Amino acid sequence: MGVDEGRTAAGVQAGKSLARGAHVMSPVGEGVYLTRLDAVINWARKNSMWPLPFGTACCAIEFMGILSSVFDLSRFGAEVVRFSPRQSDLLIISGTVTYKQAPILRLIYDQMCEPKWVIAMGVCASSGGFYDNYCTLQGIDKVIPVDYYVAGCPPRPEAVMQALLDLQKRVESNPAPR
Amino acid sequence: MSVSQAAAKTDFARFEARFGSAILGRGRIVDVPTVFRVKREGVVEMLRFLRDEPELRFGMLTDLTVLDCVGLRDGDRFDVVYLLHSLTRLDRVGLRCAVPEEDCRIASAVGLFKNADWLEREAWDQYGVRFEGHPNLKRILNHKEFVGHPLRKDYDIYKGQWLSEADDLLDELEIRHRLDPKPGAGERESMVLNIGPSHPATHGTLRSLVELEGETILYAIPEIGYLHRGFEKSAETHEWNQVIPYTDRLNYCSCLINNVAYVRAVESLCGIEATDRCKFIRVIISELSRIMDHLVCNGANLVDLGALTNFWYLFNMREKIYNLIESLTGARLTTSYTRVGGLWQDATPDFEEAVRALLKEIPKAVGDTLKLVARNRIFLDRTVGVGKISLEEAISYGFTGPCLRAAGLEFDLRKAYPYDHYDLFDFEIPSGHQGDTYDRVMVRFEEINQSCRIIEQALRKMPGGPVNAEHPAVIIPDKPHTYGSIEGLVNHFKIIMHGVNVPAGEVYTATEAANGELGFYIVSDREMKPYKCRCRAPCFHLYSAFPRLAEGGLIADAIAILGSLNVVAGELDR
Repeated sequence: MGVDEGRTAAGVQAGKSLARGAHVMSPVGEGVYLTRLDAVINWARKNSMWPLPFGTACCAIEFMGILSSVFDLSRFGAEVVRFSPRQSDLLIISGTVTYKQAPILRLIYDQMCEPKWVIAMGVCASSGGFYDNYCTLQGIDKVIPVDYYVAGCPPRPEAVMQALLDLQKRVESNPAPR
Repeated sequence: MSVSQAAAKTDFARFEARFGSAILGRGRIVDVPTVFRVKREGVVEMLRFLRDEPELRFGMLTDLTVLDCVGLRDGDRFDVVYLLHSLTRLDRVGLRCAVPEEDCRIASAVGLFKNADWLEREAWDQYGVRFEGHPNLKRILNHKEFVGHPLRKDYDIYKGQWLSEADDLLDELEIRHRLDPKPGAGERESMVLNIGPSHPATHGTLRSLVELEGETILYAIPEIGYLHRGFEKSAETHEWNQVIPYTDRLNYCSCLINNVAYVRAVESLCGIEATDRCKFIRVIISELSRIMDHLVCNGANLVDLGALTNFWYLFNMREKIYNLIESLTGARLTTSYTRVGGLWQDATPDFEEAVRALLKEIPKAVGDTLKLVARNRIFLDRTVGVGKISLEEAISYGFTGPCLRAAGLEFDLRKAYPYDHYDLFDFEIPSGHQGDTYDRVMVRFEEINQSCRIIEQALRKMPGGPVNAEHPAVIIPDKPHTYGSIEGLVNHFKIIMHGVNVPAGEVYTATEAANGELGFYIVSDREMKPYKCRCRAPCFHLYSAFPRLAEGGLIADAIAILGSLNVVAGELDR
């Protein structure tokens, strides 16, 4: 948070920053800051995303690597993986989705509360990858909307972290909470 | 119990005398010394004879598949192929029966081998051969609304079919009620609960419908196929070397072993012998893969039991191995490192040193974990005596690998049929006593240590020389040859344009993968692609025993059992 910026010239700065939709807060007194509610909510949301790892295949193994100590997704506030769609706001599809799996993916997505975001991790989730055949869905965007596609088979952990960081920017700059 | 190498090969005289006219011919395919072509009428009796006769004792149905011969011959369209294995006498035998398209049926062997249940369902699903007498001949890999049989040669590979709603599986539960009525079931109010496929302990792709009385599982109905991504059909449309990336993604916890297993089968078919250096590198990467697979399996299993810390210990080790694999192959997970006749490239200059460094660290990770779990009360309570299976049943279900060894048989393909110079290495086969979850976990931990021993010896004995066999039909010549001689140029052109040249024939080659016997049954008709490339997946057989292991136990036990079987969906569903 750009707290220092807010401290120096409260009124002007606050007005400017709200117009930008940013999250700069302004002090009215010692320890009290004014901002818009949606800016605070967005700020909280982006830093505590709860992913639902819809892991089906090889990418899920890499996702385990992303969560474990070396890469450690918790540095970005997104380590609390939840398999209950009711508790999560970020759906990460890591792996191939088949026609047989498609109705289940749709059901899981529908069960998630708004606002929600979707990352398609890897080429299988994005486009079917090199499984261009009778049983593989040619991209999950045929079933659910996707916010971010990550290339790679599987993607490197850094690529998925980049996806999360980029998504955080989008969450932060939401004009109003979805 | 241990298996000796010096067992005699089989005398089939009594078998041939007993079934005389029903046997139409006797031949062989590469790596399976005897294959009988038989009439389909008596096939179940023959299987029974092969299984039960004291001098035959082919106790394990290794694989059952169908070959669509539409492009290979006139006459009956399908061949149903049975592959049997004698674990005591170390011999394999095959049976094949022709089945015409218009009358596409054969008797079911469900009463003889427990794994025939799923194998026959798969054959029906993929090829449309009806197995008469099967209690539940229902699609297994494809979904319930699928029309047609995708592995038939006339099914268009691109023709996908949508599913509107997942199967409720209640019909299968009804069949179980009828066939296997249980005391207590139906008396009190039972609850039907769906577990998976999107469930933390089912790895995203495994699903079971369970009927519960309290927390005790009365019936478990697993459904698979959620990750069926058409390995076989895709392999039939790709060149021999292009299939290798698909093998990465079978058991994606140990890609390198799959790479090795596939090219070993193709090399057997071609009659190519890999160079010594290549074999040693293959041994090292296979054992590293086995270690990685066991690290993930045990780590994930312990997480499912609530022991999260171990996962970090074990996965950290895996990351270190990843670094080595990445420097060797360019990829962390999906390696595609082998080629028919050799390797993509020789090991990097610092390879041996890096492996040695790893060897120092792996036992520490295992030791740290064992310190936490080996005498941990909770771990012991959750695993000892849970999901027990007897050796006879394990064999009937087609168990191989660590799960078979946990049931008490010291059987390992690396010892039984030493390939890639495994006979040069001194190592032991760990085995369990009662085939429970505890044994399966501990066998894997010990196998990690044994793999370290093998790697250490392989590093010491590692020879120099080329990694690719001298074989112009399959190996691209090096650049000086390509540009400097007409033969080199022609060979280069042929391989790039037409792929490697594999002679017509059939092969079944088995490799000891991390999960058990990973076999490839490959048919070549001399085209640039496999005519058929069947993968015998070890965990397909393991998971078919899941109802047997889980029923009668608690739901929580089912999670522990599932983890200890190490079901990897990419391999299960292919």
